[in-house]
Amino acid sequence: MTQLTSIPQAIIAPELSWVGLALLLPLLAAVACALCCALRVKGKAAAIITILALAASFGIIVKAYFAYTGPVQVPIFQWLSFQWGTGQFQSFTANCGMYIDTLTLYWMLFVTGLGTLISIYASEYMEGDCGAGYSRFFFGICIFLFSMSALVLGDNLIMLYLGWEGVGLASYLLIGYDYARPAAVAAGKKAFIMNRIGDLGLALGIFMLWANYGTVQYSELFAAMNKGGQTSVDWELSVIPFLLMLGAFGKSAQIPLFTWLPDAMEGPTPVSALIHAATMVTAGVYLIARMYPFFELHPEALATVAWVGGLTALLAATIGMAQYDIKRVFAYSTISQLGYMFLGLGVGTTFGACYHTLTHAFFKALLFLTAGAIMHGFAGQLDLRKLSGLRHLPGWRIVSWTMLVGCLWLSAFPYTAAFFSKDAILLKALTSVRADFRFLGWLGLFTAALTAYYTFRVWFRVCAGPLHFEPGAEGHHEPHDTHDTHDKHDTHGKPAPAPASAAKSTHAFHPHAPRWAINGVLLILALGALVVGIPGYNETFAHKDNWAQQMIAGSSAMEGAGLAEDHGAEASEQHPTVLGMDAHTGLTVVGCTASIGGILVAWYLHLRSRKSADQLRAALLRRWWIRWVPICMENKWYVDEIYHACFRLPMWLGAQILSFGDRHFLDGVMVDGLAKLPVAVGKVFKPLYGGALQGYAATMAGGIALVVAWLSWVWLRGFN
Amino acid sequence: MNQELSSGFTIAANAPIAVALAISALLFVIGLVGFLCRRNMIIMFLCTELMFQGAALAMIAFARLRMDVSGQVFVIFILTVAAAEAALALALVVLLYRKRETLSADAWSDLGES
Repeated sequence: MTQLTSIPQAIIAPELSWVGLALLLPLLAAVACALCCALRVKGKAAAIITILALAASFGIIVKAYFAYTGPVQVPIFQWLSFQWGTGQFQSFTANCGMYIDTLTLYWMLFVTGLGTLISIYASEYMEGDCGAGYSRFFFGICIFLFSMSALVLGDNLIMLYLGWEGVGLASYLLIGYDYARPAAVAAGKKAFIMNRIGDLGLALGIFMLWANYGTVQYSELFAAMNKGGQTSVDWELSVIPFLLMLGAFGKSAQIPLFTWLPDAMEGPTPVSALIHAATMVTAGVYLIARMYPFFELHPEALATVAWVGGLTALLAATIGMAQYDIKRVFAYSTISQLGYMFLGLGVGTTFGACYHTLTHAFFKALLFLTAGAIMHGFAGQLDLRKLSGLRHLPGWRIVSWTMLVGCLWLSAFPYTAAFFSKDAILLKALTSVRADFRFLGWLGLFTAALTAYYTFRVWFRVCAGPLHFEPGAEGHHEPHDTHDTHDKHDTHGKPAPAPASAAKSTHAFHPHAPRWAINGVLLILALGALVVGIPGYNETFAHKDNWAQQMIAGSSAMEGAGLAEDHGAEASEQHPTVLGMDAHTGLTVVGCTASIGGILVAWYLHLRSRKSADQLRAALLRRWWIRWVPICMENKWYVDEIYHACFRLPMWLGAQILSFGDRHFLDGVMVDGLAKLPVAVGKVFKPLYGGALQGYAATMAGGIALVVAWLSWVWLRGFN
Repeated sequence: MNQELSSGFTIAANAPIAVALAISALLFVIGLVGFLCRRNMIIMFLCTELMFQGAALAMIAFARLRMDVSGQVFVIFILTVAAAEAALALALVVLLYRKRETLSADAWSDLGES
């Protein structure tokens, strides 16, 4: 196998231990929020503490970024250390420490940055729960940020696992935040249980890494990789990437384990934005990028990642096309975009995958937050058929236009940030020497067109067109304070006029427009979405270095890609072409066509003549040979039902059988049956106990007489 | 202890064991028959005491026969316990009387199984 270019060896730098504050601050904030919870604080103290802690954490990471000189390992304290011999496989060390390289910083920058922004947003969004669950919500956010930082910053796989489980816990707690609603509780459990399956893979992968390399520290693992020679075709080695990949698929909602993510939308929207779109679900991408050298040793492992990613992208996009709940559409688009990232990792461009993670974090957080603002203002209404033309409504312009930015970015509109990141992935796939990767590239392009369609389906329905809206049925998060908000509204001097079209159904309803905390965050995120395009512009127009590429190249993630570079070099010698054009030009043309084509279709079907969308659906349903397409898409390809039939049903049946056996054999025959024996014996003698005292005495005396007579008889006969 | 008294006891002390056992059996049977035939709870209780004494007398007789004091010790012990138990049983009888306003054991036959 190929000798890898060496991963830069980390030096031990205890003087950088102040970076550990990025871990400590969210933890302290979590404790403070828990105290607020215990003391039943009515105000927004928890939000302020969280925002300050996360902002400070972001500041520390920025400082660390500017102080960065090379990969370092920062020990904090000795956590787990066992030794039962002197050999290589006779010790186990997992210290609480940090491994800081460019990949770490890259991830931490957007995790803490977006964490801060979304906390600010949530401070307004969750205000209806002040006193009730407000502190608990921010406690969850702090726990999440702490775990995510541990996951990214940790210097060994045990720290990563700790963070991995921690983010799963935070996700569970926050999805089930509204624990009075059975749907939210069920969604939380589903997310937790499906993640357990992936976590099993991750745990086994870590065990196998230790069993093969005798260490779980990144620096030692990478040193072992630098030495090379891990070319064994031993199953024990080749199984490692597959196990790690299973963990990544669980956390990042890829094909076998993706059904939990759409259900996770039951959580409050800031949670969906932060955890289930921008940060936690990218942990799988981080894991594979971090352990990339181990994947690179096994091309079939990378091919699996690519196939799973490509198919997930397509499947989720087709489901997203047919959903009516705005948050669900965005949830499926998240799965789809994560699929692109895995496709990028699989075809060998960690840069593309990680850059797409960054751009996606911004535009998807933005989209979710706009959806949350709409949900907040329209009493939980998220059905895109019941909202229309919001951009004409005063106070909703910022939401509408920032949503447009998010939609343009998601649909990879030409020369937006996502256009560059998606193209980096598709270019690598389309110019690959492997035919199946090229097929996946075309599949990705097709998916890009679908993405543009379903994204703009939402925007054209909700923000464009004539003004019309129906409020949601539920009081959303503030059933008790709707009145308050209205009063505030009026004092702000911009009461929303109830439009005539909505007047009959909603005579008492005034949508309350978002205030500065929501609007401000939306604007900053829209700006951020623009800014993350700069590395792409630099590369394309100024032919300068791409910042993201540099960041990834300096870390363990690019080393594997160094090996793929050989293939890339081979391919570029043959002047890779796309549709007969130079690869870059060709992909730009094809990508633009896909994106704009999708948007135009959405424009026609959902803005110009909205009836035609229904007509199209009816026309599809009329023809038996095509009927299955809309039906399957609307029913999410029946994946939940298939899982239900394949896994839940057999388990349920087994449980019923065992329960039956337990009730009727163990309890019925063994326990109750044994107990019936003395009862039956007792029944025989029951007539003796008639209640007359003399009867008892006579029985006793007679019994003794009989015994004495018998003994005497035996005794006398013995004498004879 | 004067001579007369001690000589007065010698007859009994020298009596054959069969006499003592016969008296013991007699006491026991009187108690048993009384217990079975009478309904008054106090009488029934006295009958049990009588059976007790019959058994105790047999034990003393055997102790004398074997010249072993442990039988007598045992009887003293039984008498003590019986005294305590008598107090308890009489209290019980008083309570039962208060409940049903009668001393007849038949009044309580509804405690039986059938």
